[in-house]
Amino acid sequence: MNSFLKALSYFLLFFFSDAAYPSSSLKVGLVLDKGGKDDKSFNASAFSGATEAKKQLGIHLKVLECQSDSAIAASLRTFAQHNYDLIIGIGFVQQSPIEEVAKEFPNLSFLLVDAPSSLPNVRSVIFNEHEGSYLVGVIAALTTKTNHIGFIGGMDIPLIRRFERGFRAGAQSIEPRIKTLTYYVGASSDAWRNPTKAKELALGQFSKGVDISFCAAGSSCAGVFDAAEESHRLAIGVDSNQNWVKPGFILTSMVKGVDLAVFQTIEQKLKGRFKPGIIHLGLKEGAISYSLDQYNRPLISAQVEKQTNAIRNLIMKGTIVVPDYYKENQRDQSK
Amino acid sequence: MIDFINSTLRFATPLIFASMGGLLCERAGIATICIEGIILVSAFTSAAFDYYSSSPWLSLGAALLVGGVFMLLHAFLTVRVKSDPIISAITVNLLASGMTPLLMKLLFSNSTNTPSLPQENRFLPVFIPFLSSFPIIRHFSNHLSLVYLAILLPFVIQITLTNTRWGLRLIAAGDGPEALVTSGVSLNHTRFVALFLGGCLMAFSGSYLAIGHSSQFIRDMSAGRGFIALAAIIIGKWQPIPTLVACVFFGFTDALQIELQSSEMLNLILPAQFIQSLPYVISLVVLVFAMGRAKPPLAIGQTSR
Repeated sequence: MNSFLKALSYFLLFFFSDAAYPSSSLKVGLVLDKGGKDDKSFNASAFSGATEAKKQLGIHLKVLECQSDSAIAASLRTFAQHNYDLIIGIGFVQQSPIEEVAKEFPNLSFLLVDAPSSLPNVRSVIFNEHEGSYLVGVIAALTTKTNHIGFIGGMDIPLIRRFERGFRAGAQSIEPRIKTLTYYVGASSDAWRNPTKAKELALGQFSKGVDISFCAAGSSCAGVFDAAEESHRLAIGVDSNQNWVKPGFILTSMVKGVDLAVFQTIEQKLKGRFKPGIIHLGLKEGAISYSLDQYNRPLISAQVEKQTNAIRNLIMKGTIVVPDYYKENQRDQSK
Repeated sequence: MIDFINSTLRFATPLIFASMGGLLCERAGIATICIEGIILVSAFTSAAFDYYSSSPWLSLGAALLVGGVFMLLHAFLTVRVKSDPIISAITVNLLASGMTPLLMKLLFSNSTNTPSLPQENRFLPVFIPFLSSFPIIRHFSNHLSLVYLAILLPFVIQITLTNTRWGLRLIAAGDGPEALVTSGVSLNHTRFVALFLGGCLMAFSGSYLAIGHSSQFIRDMSAGRGFIALAAIIIGKWQPIPTLVACVFFGFTDALQIELQSSEMLNLILPAQFIQSLPYVISLVVLVFAMGRAKPPLAIGQTSR
């Protein structure tokens, strides 16, 4: 054990001893969750926002990937102990670790993505997933030929229900009689990486007449894309633009601009304009959108695009209020 | 209904291969809770090999070899070095779970998944002309070749175990290792061969997951199937045909769970989590009420002497 600790401390010494950066530059520490920076979705987006900031703004950036949830607090604290000016935590699992460390280091700034926190030195960014899901629901309802669409969620948690609620509402706003079939991959965190199960769920939906399925299940979505390709149906991607994964079989993707949130916060910190508090980012801020590129261009007609953009503008203006699972649920609980 | 049965078969296939592999090892007297790890390394091997070779059959071969070799590691630790089989198996599981992302990072600079493979480079459904001429059976004749193989495999193993000299020696290695040694057969040799072949069978399961049913390897994609397969062996009392039935039963509960999720009425009454836990609840109930005493091979769990 002793030699292990020794090795660990050497490693950390090495890790933090690179004094090559100019002492004036802003030090930013980024802590990713289990997905890691290659998850092609959520963490990847945060990582690209941070590297972009490094390139453009010349900050000093260190990234840590946590292979287990219990390592998160330790990683955050390591950054804090080395006086990193801004420490960024990605994913709702980081909520309590960030709050814990932020209380210990009240002079440092923190950014928490995907979970709320009202500490005086924490900025927390929450995305309006329901608005984007509503839009892809609209696209699905305009595209479906069977009037039957599907939703495949990863783990059954409120965040994913928020996607589902928005998606269903968007589809129903176009065609009130449309049927939405909802499946969840599982009740444990295995659900995010079980593509074979997700594929089976998608095949089940397709055999029941569903022709478009929206997947919000992390790595498991690969299985849904496979099923769409084999059954010649359509899937909708999530978090990052996934249209390129199976061109012709992915109708569109609901894109969440984590990179934007990370980049902007770093920029604000650099200019001394860092503001704590809970910030909601949605369509209006350009942080949520649906993707349209050369891969799905043939699938979305000009008519559909026009109609979808019109609805997007109405949501931005506040004319259309998208049902939010979080708010609906709070009301239920207070009754 | 037809979709339901097909779905059951697709769910059961990886479990059958995994449990048949595990069964061989356990019948030879070595506790083998490392099925999960073998599925992972073989799934990774087939996906990576397929990426470079574009041939599913070659990739399957590579996966079989790697699965077998990994079981040889387990065999070396338990049979030769005589360490505790549970500890050794946990080592193999941890090694598999940690090694695959590392190799992915080195080969594809991505620690989460391997590149997606095009359909023509994966196992494709095979129509069996003879079957497809029957009226009802026709609907079940559009599976991957591995699915048919999985259904035949338990019968082959049953016959091999009871009717060949090699099979009888393997059973003796599990139930009465002293007797085997007394009759002049090498216990270590028997167990090494059994574990190698068992690893190969488990590797079929990994290949099916990575390049059969899906199109890439994703970290920890076995998602507990190795342990479900182990449960199937126990429910099947270490007999090939009952184990097959247990696997199909687990496949059935998985497929049933999907069916139940699509019923709006049930969804209102029951939370999704309850429906999703059904396979485990049902197997607990079966274990408690319908099973009677499980009789593992006598030498299992003991450290080799």
